[in-house]
Amino acid sequence: MNESKIFRRITIGIIAFWLIVFVFFPNILVFAVSFLTRDEAHLIAFRITLENYLRIADPIYLRALANSFVMALVTTVCCIIIAFPFSYILSRIKSKNKNILLLLIVIPFWTSALIRTYAIKTILTTNGIINAFLLKTGVISEPLNMLYTGGAVIVGLVYTLLPFMILPLYAALEKVDIRLIEAAHDLGAGKRQTFIRIIIPLSSPGIIAGSMLVFLPALGLFYIPDILGGSKTLLLGNLIKNQFMDARNWPFGSAVSVTLTALMALLLLANYRTIKSASQKGII
Amino acid sequence: MERNKIGNGRLESVAAAPLIDLQNITKSYDNLKVLKNINLSINNGEFLTLLGPSGCGKTTTLRLIAGFETPDSGKIIINGHNVVGLPPHKRSVNTVFQSYALFPHMTVFNNVAFGLKMSKVPGPEINDRVMEALKMVKLAPYASRKPVQLSGGQQQRVAVARAVVNKPLVLLLDEPLSALDAKLRFEMQEELKQLQQKLKITFVLVTHDQEEALSISDRVVVMNEGVIQQIGSPRNVYEEPANLFTAQFVGDINIFDAQVVDIQDGVVIADVEGYRCAVDNKRPMSMGETFKLLLRPEDMRVEKLSEEPDTVGLLVGNVEIKTYKGATLDSVIVLENGKRVMASEFFDEEDEDFDYHIDEKVSIGWVKGWEVILPDERE
Repeated sequence: MNESKIFRRITIGIIAFWLIVFVFFPNILVFAVSFLTRDEAHLIAFRITLENYLRIADPIYLRALANSFVMALVTTVCCIIIAFPFSYILSRIKSKNKNILLLLIVIPFWTSALIRTYAIKTILTTNGIINAFLLKTGVISEPLNMLYTGGAVIVGLVYTLLPFMILPLYAALEKVDIRLIEAAHDLGAGKRQTFIRIIIPLSSPGIIAGSMLVFLPALGLFYIPDILGGSKTLLLGNLIKNQFMDARNWPFGSAVSVTLTALMALLLLANYRTIKSASQKGII
Repeated sequence: MERNKIGNGRLESVAAAPLIDLQNITKSYDNLKVLKNINLSINNGEFLTLLGPSGCGKTTTLRLIAGFETPDSGKIIINGHNVVGLPPHKRSVNTVFQSYALFPHMTVFNNVAFGLKMSKVPGPEINDRVMEALKMVKLAPYASRKPVQLSGGQQQRVAVARAVVNKPLVLLLDEPLSALDAKLRFEMQEELKQLQQKLKITFVLVTHDQEEALSISDRVVVMNEGVIQQIGSPRNVYEEPANLFTAQFVGDINIFDAQVVDIQDGVVIADVEGYRCAVDNKRPMSMGETFKLLLRPEDMRVEKLSEEPDTVGLLVGNVEIKTYKGATLDSVIVLENGKRVMASEFFDEEDEDFDYHIDEKVSIGWVKGWEVILPDERE
């Protein structure tokens, strides 16, 4: 056996070990626990039941599900609106500055997302810099109540997840042939028509990929709604966290978690189908 | 009496004016001058070709007309209006791109319909015009296909249909055939030519292929290093090259150094690479004047030397290479001073002496009057 083969086996082995121990095994555990019963003394009692899943149908939890979807959807739309012009300009820049701009997107990742979320809190809070600025310039006479609102949660989610929209969108837009844009202009399409009829359809794989990367985490991120939203609206991520950490109802937390995973899997499947049909249509 | 009344005068001048007029166009990229004072008039209904090596500015000229580039200075008049600053989508010109640039997410039909939709043509008319255009390029059965499902030649036709369906004043073609193989290219040249004659739309084609330029166009514009070298009919450009660049770029040519050594009764005798030859002087020449004598390979006449040589008008050399080309026999003959001469002769099956062998000593003459004389310029 030569060296490269050994190296390959070791690296694949480590990754496989990691995935089995830290991803596969815990998920199996969660899946199994979701069918068990809560027990005050020992956390879990080995009585198989579907009660945990039936409990999700409770209007409170269905509303949490709906809230989460709305939050995730709004976040995704905001990310698309902000990321599109940025990615488009980035994809059309020819100079070396492009790499610097890409780096600037990645740099915030070097800081913990939790710390960055606390930083947003200090910006949005009643005596934060936004209110201080607006009061000083006389735009407002009383501080705005921005923290602990749905808006603050959206700001936090968009800020955290924006790079996941920019990068795939940039990759897709960079592949859009400039000559196709010229051809559209040549055939009488102005900027708006070219954007709607050529650029958006051709970058749709990137829009879909970015939406997946933003929408799915937005459904599950619990610390951002916790820190920025207070506990006013119940979201799925917080529900799961509460069940595990506070209510100590592991079986129900697991059931919600499995449901969320299943929903995400369905979305991914739909995404896969769309991309497949797009590639058959010759877009990619 | 004043003959040029404003009304009449303007009408006449519009009718007589060229469809496109480029006036003193210059264009630079990063301090590199790609077009140096281009003046070019394109007539309505003609098939004009911009011919030149890569980097000569031909594609830039086309992109200026289309509106993708803005000249640094000069005017671009299309149909009487200066269009400098007017964006591409507001110009009634359409382009067939080198890479075709078909929209991959649209069917053939929608690709062709795109321009009509943009100019808000009513639906039923779009349908009729698109199908008519597709029929014209023999692609009607492919209307619902996607571009990826078509061959290179078919994509090329869609690109042509997509452009001509808009009935542009001018159709611009940017090396449209360069991606096709030789046989298909030849067929498409023929089709484009026929299409142009049928539609009576002005075509401006860019190519680096001189054969394509000669066979397809009404007029050829030879360009090099951002300067127009010559404008003329294909025959004019080939037979009467205005300078050494055109002579060398358009077809093969032998260029001989020559000097006037004698003038007898108006006949100029020149020293051509060391041989005394009579040359057909189309302009007055003086004793001792140096010049270039240009001859196409097919104008050369090679004879075996055994048939006693004429003293005047023949070069003598040895056959170095001979290449059987089917219809012609091409040879390279080395003169005594080392100069290589290309000759291309049609087979004469009656002539038993026609073929010669390598290293055989031969004389080379030419059809009198077919030589081109150019002033001595540094190459």
